[in-house]
Amino acid sequence: MTALERLATGLRSALGAGRVISDRQELRTYECDGLAHYKVTPGLVVLPRDAAECARTVKACVEAGVPFVARGSGTGLSGGALPHADGVLIVTSKMRTIIEVAPDDERAVVEPGVINLHVTHAATPAGYYYAPDPSSQQICSIGGNVAENSGGAHCLKYGFTTNHVIGAQIVTPEGDLVELGGRAPDSPGYDLLGAFVGSEGTLGIATRVTVRLTRLPETVRTLLAAFRTTDEAGAATSAIIAAGVVPAAVEMMDALAIEAAEAAVACGYPAGAGAVLIVELDGPRAEVEAQFEQVTALCDGNGAFELRIAADPAERALFWKGRKSAFAAVGRISPDYIVQDGVIPRTALPEVLRRIGEVSRAHGVRVANVFHAGDGNLHPLVLFDDGVPGEADRAEEVSGAIIDLCIEYGGSITGEHGVGMDKAKYMPRMFTDDDLETMQLLRCAFDPAGLANPGKVFPTPRLCGEVPRRHKAGETTPAELF
Amino acid sequence: MALWEAATGEDTVAGVPARFVAAPASTEEASEVLRAAAADDLTVVVRGGATKLDWGMPPRRADLIVDTRHLTGVVEHAAGDLIVVLRAGTPLASLDLPGQQLALDLPLPGATVGGTVATNTSGPRRQAYGTVRDLLIGITVVRPGGMVTRAGGKVVKNVAGYDLGKLYTGSYGTLGLITECAFRLHPRPAAQAVVLRTAPAAAIGALLAAVRAEQVVPAAVELDAPAQGPVTLAVLVEGTAIGVRDRAATLAKVLDGEVTDTLPPWWGAYPWTGEEAGLKLTAALSRVPDLLGCGVALRGSAGTGVLYAAVPAEGAPTVVERLRATAIRAGGHGVVLTAPPPVRDQVDMWGPMPGLALMRRVKDQFDPAHAFAPGRFVGGI
Repeated sequence: MTALERLATGLRSALGAGRVISDRQELRTYECDGLAHYKVTPGLVVLPRDAAECARTVKACVEAGVPFVARGSGTGLSGGALPHADGVLIVTSKMRTIIEVAPDDERAVVEPGVINLHVTHAATPAGYYYAPDPSSQQICSIGGNVAENSGGAHCLKYGFTTNHVIGAQIVTPEGDLVELGGRAPDSPGYDLLGAFVGSEGTLGIATRVTVRLTRLPETVRTLLAAFRTTDEAGAATSAIIAAGVVPAAVEMMDALAIEAAEAAVACGYPAGAGAVLIVELDGPRAEVEAQFEQVTALCDGNGAFELRIAADPAERALFWKGRKSAFAAVGRISPDYIVQDGVIPRTALPEVLRRIGEVSRAHGVRVANVFHAGDGNLHPLVLFDDGVPGEADRAEEVSGAIIDLCIEYGGSITGEHGVGMDKAKYMPRMFTDDDLETMQLLRCAFDPAGLANPGKVFPTPRLCGEVPRRHKAGETTPAELF
Repeated sequence: MALWEAATGEDTVAGVPARFVAAPASTEEASEVLRAAAADDLTVVVRGGATKLDWGMPPRRADLIVDTRHLTGVVEHAAGDLIVVLRAGTPLASLDLPGQQLALDLPLPGATVGGTVATNTSGPRRQAYGTVRDLLIGITVVRPGGMVTRAGGKVVKNVAGYDLGKLYTGSYGTLGLITECAFRLHPRPAAQAVVLRTAPAAAIGALLAAVRAEQVVPAAVELDAPAQGPVTLAVLVEGTAIGVRDRAATLAKVLDGEVTDTLPPWWGAYPWTGEEAGLKLTAALSRVPDLLGCGVALRGSAGTGVLYAAVPAEGAPTVVERLRATAIRAGGHGVVLTAPPPVRDQVDMWGPMPGLALMRRVKDQFDPAHAFAPGRFVGGI
């Protein structure tokens, strides 16, 4: 009997047969997350019902020396929840209880498998919502959001997942349940919660999350501005920020992204636009009205040839429909594509977009740009046809070149999708060996055996307990050899 | 040139005398100092503006004070990107960023960037802008032993690698020497107004709930409660001139209060004197009123659930335990930030907390020799 078979038998008797999947065909359902070009069939899938079962599963993995990977809804775009062939995939989709909504405390307590948007639905009757809104908010889970510190269009004003998670119960990589943070702010001691959020499942699994609820705004105003060029749209974005306005969102799409969205959802954006901006303001009515006028004037002054103001929620939804469907819509104009996720300082937008254009032309690979302009978070969609020999490789080169541009301009290799499996190789381009080694100190404090989501985030982690600076390049733990 | 000089009688940390003082002027110099300190087995305490040097427990030993007074200045201010990179010794009050602000309040005049990050202090406007942990986007730290390391970066949206900035924030200098910090900035608002209301402690809960129920987006909701007598509530609104006027009017109506453009004299200052113990009490929002009426002077951010208490030295241990128990029942914590030496000896400064075993392991990894501020932090870390 292999270690995994013994583990399966043990977990079946501990948790019940329905919680453990070992059938090869069924396991294949879980072979990838949202980044489908990495596929690994997990050795075993476990679906715990609660924190205690989750802890018991991790403990069993630790005892067997078997790696484990946590997975929520599987919408991640960096291969962060890519299973381990000889490991256990712990799926939190059965842990979907909204334990408490406490508007008087401006808090909600939820299990990790709860869908992001469902938190907002639960809080809305009381006048509140959950602010972090990744584009996949209709299906992504809070546990996954916490793991990836995933953002969304409204981060610019309201901050990121890490700013809205104030407490969590976690299962440590050794199988212990530990409370981090709490219901009140500023828990004493090291901010382990802050370090845990965005650690991509390498420091343990969240089993209960306490989130901050935000008051629903009194007013929302949404503007769609069409420009001839992305330079003009970039200049308008800078002008808005320079004027001291912090919109709830500033989103940009270039001509190719608009073309794709039109082909897919017929969103009716202004004809001939080289770029559109969607600018949204929210807050108290008088505040929003005053700033909206200012924003409209700034778009006008920076070359907008058409301005549309959403008259009602239906029109607002139509503006957003093009933007929100852009990723999927690209499938209409290209058989295959890579979604890149890099960040640059906002002021570098026009220059970086021009250079992306140059790279794109030099390699003969089309790039559609759709992104969070307000915070410089680019999502270039690199289009290719896998059926054409060499195109996939060229697309990969262009995608990598874009990441290099982000680093060159002082940005980041990921703004919201995470490093995962996909970008571990880029980490040494952004961080020095010393920086990466320091991050490993935290890993070693939480996960001395290196069993929690091994092979993700870091290209070549040093073994815990190994003397610093005697690390051989390329060395991995046995668990990472797959 | 010597890396450090002999300490004077002034160079003490919470009563513990130091032997040497170093004042590096760059991250590289700091790295050299810490490499030498490790070679000589010296314990290290970092000193910025010394405004909170006596917070936490006294260090078990303080061989070397690393003073950040020469580690000052703006490394980079990218106005268009709303970010600033500052050296750790820069006094927060010295920042002059036209039209923009690093939205951290300054509870103690003279505080530096590094000290503010190391103790995670924040004032009234945390309500609108968050705390140090929310505004810090990148950090440079010299690790015990001298290795220079960076985490985060210079862009607001960034999820590459572990967010170690959060770990260093509030770590009281027990994990390394912070030398540079990158922060997100905010535009300076065009207008401000304050609405004041004085009421008996028993009425404050209802008033706070009334503020929460309105669409006024306060920048701060503060209260000042003397040991006896009525409590003053002060709500700050910021934004456009028209927006502020409207919201202040709404608040004045809801609170039956008075609108003014002047902040009250107690605004953002801790309530204690040098003869008293200073506590930080936190609570779930709806339970903030539970903290009132305890017979001690309280002040702080009622809108976020953080109050500060001044406890007279006499009888302090009993009062501290009572306040801590109340805060814990209200979903929060009670931490003694500072206290006169005799009180320190009698109270548990930090109180109970979960996750301590993990915290010890973090310390063991980052500072295996336990050379940095030994004993100053939670659980004797």
